Amino acid sequence: MSFDYQIILTGALVAASCAILGCFLILRKMAMIGDAISHAVLPGIVIAFLISGSRASVPMLLGAASFGVLTTFMIEWLSKKARMQNDAAIGLVFTFLFAVGIIMLTLFADKLDLDAHCVLHGEIAFVPLDQLIINGISFGPRKAWLLGGVFLFVVSIVIIGYRALFITTFDTAYAVSIGISAVVWHYVLMALVSLVTVVSFEAVGAVLVVAFLVVPAATAYLLTDNLLKMIFIAVTVGILSSFAGYFFAKFIDGSIPGAMSTALGFFFLLSFIFSPKYGLIGKRLAKKREVFQNT
Amino acid sequence: MKELLEFLSLANANVRYVVLGVMLLGASTAVVGSFTFLRKKALVGDAIAHSVLPGICLAFMFSQYKHPLVLLIGAFISGWLSILSIDIISKKSRIKSDTAIAIVLSVFFGIGILLLTYIQSTGNAAQAGLDSFLFGQAASLIREDVMVLGAVCFLLVLTIYFFFKEFSILSFDADYATSLGLPVRFLEVILSTLTVLAIAVGIQAVGVVLMAAMLITPAAAARYWTNNLTKMIVLAALFGAFSGLFGSYISYSAPKMPTGPWIIVCITIIAFVSLAFAPERGLFFKWKRKRSKEINTLDENVLKIFFHLGEQENNMFAARKIPALQKRRYFDEKKVLQSLKRMMRAGQIEQEDNTWKLTETGLVEAKRIARIHRLWEMYMSKFLRMPADHVHEGAESLEHFFTPSMEAMLEQDLDFPETDPHDKPIPYTVKNEF
Repeated sequence: MSFDYQIILTGALVAASCAILGCFLILRKMAMIGDAISHAVLPGIVIAFLISGSRASVPMLLGAASFGVLTTFMIEWLSKKARMQNDAAIGLVFTFLFAVGIIMLTLFADKLDLDAHCVLHGEIAFVPLDQLIINGISFGPRKAWLLGGVFLFVVSIVIIGYRALFITTFDTAYAVSIGISAVVWHYVLMALVSLVTVVSFEAVGAVLVVAFLVVPAATAYLLTDNLLKMIFIAVTVGILSSFAGYFFAKFIDGSIPGAMSTALGFFFLLSFIFSPKYGLIGKRLAKKREVFQNT
Repeated sequence: MKELLEFLSLANANVRYVVLGVMLLGASTAVVGSFTFLRKKALVGDAIAHSVLPGICLAFMFSQYKHPLVLLIGAFISGWLSILSIDIISKKSRIKSDTAIAIVLSVFFGIGILLLTYIQSTGNAAQAGLDSFLFGQAASLIREDVMVLGAVCFLLVLTIYFFFKEFSILSFDADYATSLGLPVRFLEVILSTLTVLAIAVGIQAVGVVLMAAMLITPAAAARYWTNNLTKMIVLAALFGAFSGLFGSYISYSAPKMPTGPWIIVCITIIAFVSLAFAPERGLFFKWKRKRSKEINTLDENVLKIFFHLGEQENNMFAARKIPALQKRRYFDEKKVLQSLKRMMRAGQIEQEDNTWKLTETGLVEAKRIARIHRLWEMYMSKFLRMPADHVHEGAESLEHFFTPSMEAMLEQDLDFPETDPHDKPIPYTVKNEF
């Protein structure tokens, strides 16, 4: 597999894991919590890198991901106990943790294989440089294997807990009445989002991962009313953007994840305008039809 | 230390510009941000801040020149575009506003990163330093920048001053503003414009990623100290300016450090201190108030037990041991001992070896509590027509919250009854009049 496709594969794996979780995030009106988590895991990532060197091990990544869950705790504590309004609590917590992360990054710059730019837009182009080699045979980029493992993990949790996630997303009161804990599944989702943002971090950075989380899901949300279909469309949109973004970035010689997010934005725009049922044009046509039928 | 003094003396002209510029930025973004905060638009502010990046890059690409005014215009235009995009997405489709914010934030930022990396790859020498807009680099401010910043900040504060009344009505109650016939839409546009401008100037010091905190956090911190809008804004401005000063000092002593994160850490610590220790709304004082109420309730309950036992045995000043008190009502041994010692200091209780008895003042207080309890029971059975076996619970909790004037009113409304619904005498000391 050429380097081109190794990078696209990596991007596609990030996009697919994010897209699945993003569907639940936007349906639960938690898009901005996803944004907050993706910023706030930074100190965790820096610590993981400091302890384990350039190749962060899996336990380290899990430790880093716990910062994401910590973020949601802090936000809830601020808004419930300290009576801070919710939007301000989100804004305060993630900017603080992100700022701490950046300061740590600069302080330990000489000990770290990371720089502040990687934080913002990742270094997906470097992914193929770190190959998984067993007995002298190369099995492709190490990062892609890690991301693939996380993708399978996310898929299996979502399959196992599909019913619970579905019910807690749409009707919390009903979920509680039939004995499904809304709190447990809330934190399962938050933990998964944290895990995915942490492993995607080196590829696409802490800020652009938000685009991968939210935009494919929002694009799909305008195309269907069925959650399962929504997840499949979101994953497809994510993978398509990974292709489109890569070649576009190569064409103009710019950041690959930047171009991938731009492509995501483009797909969203298409769906926003042309979606048959919920797009601008579709809605206008439906209105006209209604007027026509009524006269 | 020497470095700090050198810095604070402002002897160096460059330092003067940096300090002046960043403090000005901190204060004026905090003033504008107070309204962003009150209108619960913190996350929109975050989206605008991320979204100014493509504007800055495009402005640079067209002008090939890093003049602060040119970049400011670019930032302003794309900031406004992001507000419009959020508005259109959340109004014209079924997408909720928080998702719309996240979409606009991440896609605009993605485009910005793409453009920034594109500019860097073209190898234009003038682009160096363009990426300091990501995390802020206060130390790179020069005289020219500070002039532009100063002018914009002046404009911001002046506009807020002129529309102060309108903005405050709009922020607290938009419906009321409409009913007063204020041009709400126009005022919203002005306020959004101010927010975009504040962000566009603020990113010089803080950078696009953390700019939201520069708007929101000073106001969130100030909110804990006061309920008065003017005071809140002044406090927020002070917090913002101080954090700016702190950030620019870091930038001066460690030029490699981006300023933004330090400013944000400083302002967030101020916010945490505020939410912990501000009087009235701070957590520490809330906790203390709650605790003193708990202590008060416990003391009153212990006194009441002395009264009940005394009433039973017809001996109010009998010396009693702690187990005797516990027999009547369960108390934690340690807590009841603390309570007795506390009341001893207040002169309500006397100690003899390990027995305790009421003093004259203690009796007056014990009578007061028993009286309020029984009066309340009377009130509930007489006016609320509750059966006699249901009135105890309510009286048990209300007796601790009664002021003397409320007590007097209760006595008069009931016309000084002799007994409560359980036929126990109501212990009067002197009749309350008011």
